[in-house]
Amino acid sequence: MISLSHYLILAAILFAISVVGIFLNRKNLIVLLMAIELMLLAVNMNFVAFSHYLNDLSGQLFVFFILVVAAAESGIGLAILVVLFRNLSSIDVEDLDSLKG
Amino acid sequence: MLNNFVMPDLYPAAPEIFLLLMSFLVLFVDLAFGATQRWMAAMLTAVTLMGCAAITLAGVDGQTVLTFSGMFVDDLLSDFLKLLTYLAVIMMLIYSRRYLADRGLDKGEFYVLVLYATLGMMVMISAANLLTMYLGLELMSLSLYGLVAIDRDSPRATEAAMKYFVLGALASGLLLYGMSMIYGATGSLEIGGVAQALYHEQADKSVLVFGLAFLVAGVAFKLGLVPFHMWIPDVYHGAPTAVTMFIGSAPKLAAFAMALRLLVYALMGLAVEWQKMLLIMAVLSIGLGNLAAIAQTNIKRMLAYSAISHMGYMALGMMSGLVGGELDPFTAVNAYSSALYYTVAYVMMSLGAFGMVLLLSRAGYEAENLEDFKGLNQRSPWFAAMMLIIMFSMAGIPFFVGFFAKFAVLLAAIKAGYTTVAVIAVMFSLIGAFYYLRVVKLMYFDAPVDAAPIKAGLDLRVLLSLNGLAVAAFGLFPDALMTVCTTALIRSL
Repeated sequence: MISLSHYLILAAILFAISVVGIFLNRKNLIVLLMAIELMLLAVNMNFVAFSHYLNDLSGQLFVFFILVVAAAESGIGLAILVVLFRNLSSIDVEDLDSLKG
Repeated sequence: MLNNFVMPDLYPAAPEIFLLLMSFLVLFVDLAFGATQRWMAAMLTAVTLMGCAAITLAGVDGQTVLTFSGMFVDDLLSDFLKLLTYLAVIMMLIYSRRYLADRGLDKGEFYVLVLYATLGMMVMISAANLLTMYLGLELMSLSLYGLVAIDRDSPRATEAAMKYFVLGALASGLLLYGMSMIYGATGSLEIGGVAQALYHEQADKSVLVFGLAFLVAGVAFKLGLVPFHMWIPDVYHGAPTAVTMFIGSAPKLAAFAMALRLLVYALMGLAVEWQKMLLIMAVLSIGLGNLAAIAQTNIKRMLAYSAISHMGYMALGMMSGLVGGELDPFTAVNAYSSALYYTVAYVMMSLGAFGMVLLLSRAGYEAENLEDFKGLNQRSPWFAAMMLIIMFSMAGIPFFVGFFAKFAVLLAAIKAGYTTVAVIAVMFSLIGAFYYLRVVKLMYFDAPVDAAPIKAGLDLRVLLSLNGLAVAAFGLFPDALMTVCTTALIRSL
């Protein structure tokens, strides 16, 4: 029998993978964007599991909004990525080093 | 099912609806006339914000009204914060008019993005539900990412935008994860519902505290508290100065509203836990912000670290509401209104400081290094005096508004029993005085490096003078603003 805590643990693992992906990834910005998407999906899993368990629809409603915002967010992220590539001719995380101090 | 649909009361959200409709008009006008008449979009944006202010002012009645099935609240606090937001945005538009025109950035997109970011802030300020809060936050953040990258040929600005985007998205993710845990533990997404579940102790405490940690991390990210401050220096430095000014002013008000609604209104039952988290972050922010600012040679970067330390002082007020686990309404209101007062004072000073950077910038030249302020007294004694007022106020020297703001939050912290923390905060503000006074020293005792006459327009000169004088005037009459802050809070609790 799959219980609520199974879903929560799965969501926590996905969330942890995405956070680790954001901080340890030193190579490619696209992977970073993927990690951000994964993070939002982990949250969605949480909301759906809680919503089912609490027998309350508002959690599932929240998920729809998160999906829409995630789409807008990746739209903006990719747009910034394109502009960045035009300026730097690279999408390596390591090349984002002109601002420091 | 659909027959049960009841039209929500739209009146409390009238300013938001007006702004949204007007933003379509701005888009259309820019499409039709943008190529030849760029001033039209700018003018319409200013008119929109003034119209919003008029609608908000007409709706001020001190009543707390919930609408959209309890998702949106219109109370005195939201009216007050929204009016300040409009003011900050209009000031930003006037300050940056020439800067943008010189760099070809005064495109329609800029004004539309500014309007949408403002709409996001208004929704955040009026959010009565975690969903509304999230949507407002994202509307603001997504517009700001776009604004930072608006100068798309600048490698620095695009790099700053990318960093802002990644860290901002991470912050939203943390906030959402916290929200999902709070939802799971309390079974409600409404601020009032969460507060009630906590009051009746129906919720699982361990899940709540776990969620709270993520929620506080998300809020701290948006406020820019250490250790979630990494984006601030890079974004302030890399973004065009006009956008830096925007990010450094109005969003702080919205972030304050978010912190207040989430932590105080919804999660007061967990105040003992989140006050501890805020305490650590406040001390770290004050320490790191003030120390790192000393090492800066770029004034935008220096002001970024100063913003981190200022938000630390603000957090001192936020964490002093609940004393010894007992809720005393008088102490609580005092503490939160000191934090609100600090935020308002900071926004005023921040606008003035970035206004000075814009004053000294001209076509093809960014006056963003501390060196550019050398000998300003010889070039323009009046504006050197204005910068002196703003720097003294930021350092917390009596009798400017910044002094009373620091005084109020420190008093709240001492009343809550955090005497040691208050002493540390005062010591770091003395260290911080060094880099503010260094700017004053450069202006008055060094020979100018750049002797070009100041070419700013009359509007910028007048506004900057008013801004500087306001910092001084609110310092002479600190009670006026404090009374408004306290009243707005009391009537909205």
